[in-house]
Amino acid sequence: MILSTHDLGWSPRRGEMIVRNLDIAVREGETLGLVGPNGSGKSTLLRLMAGILTPSRGDVRLGGRSLRAMARREAAQSIALVEQHADTEDRISVRDAVEIGRTPWLSALSPWSAADDAIIDDALRAVDLEPLAARDWTTLSGGERQRAHIARALAQRPRVLLLDEPANHLDIQHQLSILDLIAGLGLTTIIALHDLNQVMACDRIAVMHDGRLRALGPPKDVLTPFLLAEVFSVGVAILSDPEDGTPILRFKPL
Amino acid sequence: MSEAIVGANGFQPLGRWIASLLKAAAILIAAALAGICIGETRIPPETVMQTLANRLFDASYALDPIDEGIVWNYRLTRAIVAACCGAGLAVSGLVLQSLLRNALADPYLLGISAGASTGAVLVSVAGLGAGAISLSAGAFAGALAAFGLVAALARLSGGNAGVQAAGQIVLAGIAGSQLFNALTSFIITRSANSEQARGIMFWLLGNLSGVRWGEVGTAVPVVCLMLVVCLAHVRALDAFTFGADSAAALGVPVRRVQAALILVAALATAVLVSIVGSIGFVGLVIPHAARFLVGVRHARLMPATALIGAVFLIAADVLSRTLIKGQVLPIGVITALVGAPAFAFILIRSRRLR
Ligand SMILES: Nc1ncnc2c1ncn2[C@@H]1O[C@H](COP(=O)(O)OP(=O)(O)OP(=O)(O)O)[C@@H](O)[C@H]1O
Ligand SMILES: [Mg+2]
Repeated sequence: MILSTHDLGWSPRRGEMIVRNLDIAVREGETLGLVGPNGSGKSTLLRLMAGILTPSRGDVRLGGRSLRAMARREAAQSIALVEQHADTEDRISVRDAVEIGRTPWLSALSPWSAADDAIIDDALRAVDLEPLAARDWTTLSGGERQRAHIARALAQRPRVLLLDEPANHLDIQHQLSILDLIAGLGLTTIIALHDLNQVMACDRIAVMHDGRLRALGPPKDVLTPFLLAEVFSVGVAILSDPEDGTPILRFKPL
Repeated sequence: MSEAIVGANGFQPLGRWIASLLKAAAILIAAALAGICIGETRIPPETVMQTLANRLFDASYALDPIDEGIVWNYRLTRAIVAACCGAGLAVSGLVLQSLLRNALADPYLLGISAGASTGAVLVSVAGLGAGAISLSAGAFAGALAAFGLVAALARLSGGNAGVQAAGQIVLAGIAGSQLFNALTSFIITRSANSEQARGIMFWLLGNLSGVRWGEVGTAVPVVCLMLVVCLAHVRALDAFTFGADSAAALGVPVRRVQAALILVAALATAVLVSIVGSIGFVGLVIPHAARFLVGVRHARLMPATALIGAVFLIAADVLSRTLIKGQVLPIGVITALVGAPAFAFILIRSRRLR
C-alpha cells in the first residue's frame, strides 16, 4: 500500500465539495487507470495525491504517512506529477526543462553532479527526445512538449508517477509508446485517461463520477455496459480482439 | 561565448564559478573606475587610485584636496549607490517576473514607486512632520504603506498559491499604484507651487546628486542581503518555469518562497527608491537583456542580471552628468532614453540569432 486516500475530500475556499469520500489504496507497482467524464474530479484527485492541493477532509498517505506531515521536498522525492496543462513562454531548452525535474534532490550540500547528467540522459532517451535536447521549448509541437514533461517527471526518479491525460496531443504511435514506456517502468502509476480502450491495459481502474469514486477494480469487471451508460451516458458493445481476446469497447449513443 | 555553452545547466564547477566571479568583479570595478574618472572635471585614473590608497590604506600620495574630495565624497559614493540600485532593481524585477510568470512585471508593480512619491510629496509639499522627517524617510514610509496595501489586497482577493495568486498580485498592484499616484497628484495640485512640483518631478525621475557615504551605508547592506536571499533561491525560481503548481510538485514550498522573495524585493526596492527616487526601465528590461545573453536558468541569469544592472546604471549616471554641459539630467530619463534603443537592438539581434 504505497499511496492511499482516506475519506479524502476537497473544496475551494468558499464552495461545494468537488471531490469527496475517496478511499483508494494503490498497491506498490500497480498501474491504476483513472477514468470519468469531464469535470468528474480526476485532475483534482491527482493534484491532491501529489500534495499540490491540501485536502479539506481526510488525507493522502504515502507509505502510511500523511502528506500533511511531510515536507514538500520529501514528498516530491517520491511522487511526480505530469500535469494536464503546464506550459511556459520562456526560451528554455528541452534539456534544461528536463533538468528542472532534479529540483527535489538538489541542495547546497548535494549540488549538480555527473549522476544527475546521466539521469537526464536516461529520461530524454526514454521518451525519444534526445535529438531535440538542444531545441527551444517554444518550438516544440504539442506532443513533443508532452513527452518532455514526462521526461521531467522521470528525471525526478519518483516511486509513484501521476499522469494527467499524458496521451493528449500524442499521435497514435507515441500514445502507444508512452503507455508502453510507462508500463515498462515498473513504477506505481496512476494515470488519468479518456480512451477507455487504452485503460484496458491497466491493472485496475477507478471510475470517477461527480466527484465520487463510482467503482474500483480490474477493467473487465468495472467497465460494464450498465456502468458506462450511467457514468458516461453511452451505450457499448463489447467485442473481442480475434488475435488475443482482449475486450474492445465499441461505443454508440444511448 | 564558449563557456556559456559548456556550463549549460547553469551550475558550474567551483573553479569555473570562481573565474566567473572574478570576471564579474573586474567588469564592475572597471565600470566604477570609469564612472569616477568621467565627469565635469576629468580626473585621471591614477589620481583615483591614489585617492583610494590614501583613504583605504593610509598611503600618503600628495594630491589636490579638491580632486581627492570629488573622488572620495562625490563620484565614488555615486558609483557605489548607482551600482547597488542597478543590481537591486534589476534582480527585483527578475524575481517578480519569474515568480509571477509575467514578462511585464517590474519592482514598481507592487505599488512601491507610487507609494514612495506620495510619501515624498506629503513630506516636502504638504509639510508633514514639520521638517523633522526627511524626504527619504517619507518616501520609504509611503513605499511600505503602498506595498502593505497591495499585499493585503492580493491576499484578500486571491490568497491561494498558484497562477491565480500571481494574477491577483498584478491586479492589486495596478489598483494600489493608481490610488497612490492619484493621491500624489491630488496633493500637488492642492498645495504645491510650480517650483515645488518641478522639484518633485525631478526627484521622481531619479537623482543621485544627494548621495554621500550615509546613503552608501544603507544601500550596500540592503542590496547585498537581498542578493544573498535571492541567490539562495535560484533552483526554486527555476522550478517556477512551468508555473507555481509545477513548482509545488517539484517540492518547492511555493507560498513560503513567494512570500519571502516578494518581501525582500519590495523592501530593497523601497529603500532604493527612497534614496534615489524611482528610476524606471532597469527592473523591467535588464532581466530580459540578461536572458538574451545567458539564457533562462537562474543560477546564471541572476548574477548576470545583477552585473548588467549595476554596470548599466553606473553608465547611465555618467551620461546624466555629462550629456548636457552644466546640467544634470534625471537618471530615469537616461535609462529609458539610452536603454530603450539598446534593448531594441538586443531584441532584433536575438531574432537573427534564432
Ligand atoms: N479551484 C476550483 N474552484 C472551483 N471549481 C473547481 C476548481 N478546480 C476544479 N473545479 C471544478 O471541479 C470539477 C472537477 O475538475 P477536474 O479538473 O478535477 O476535472 P477532470 O475530471 O480532470 O476533468 P477533465 O476530464 O475535463 O480534465 C470541475 O467541475 C471544475 O470546474
Ligand atoms: Mg483533468
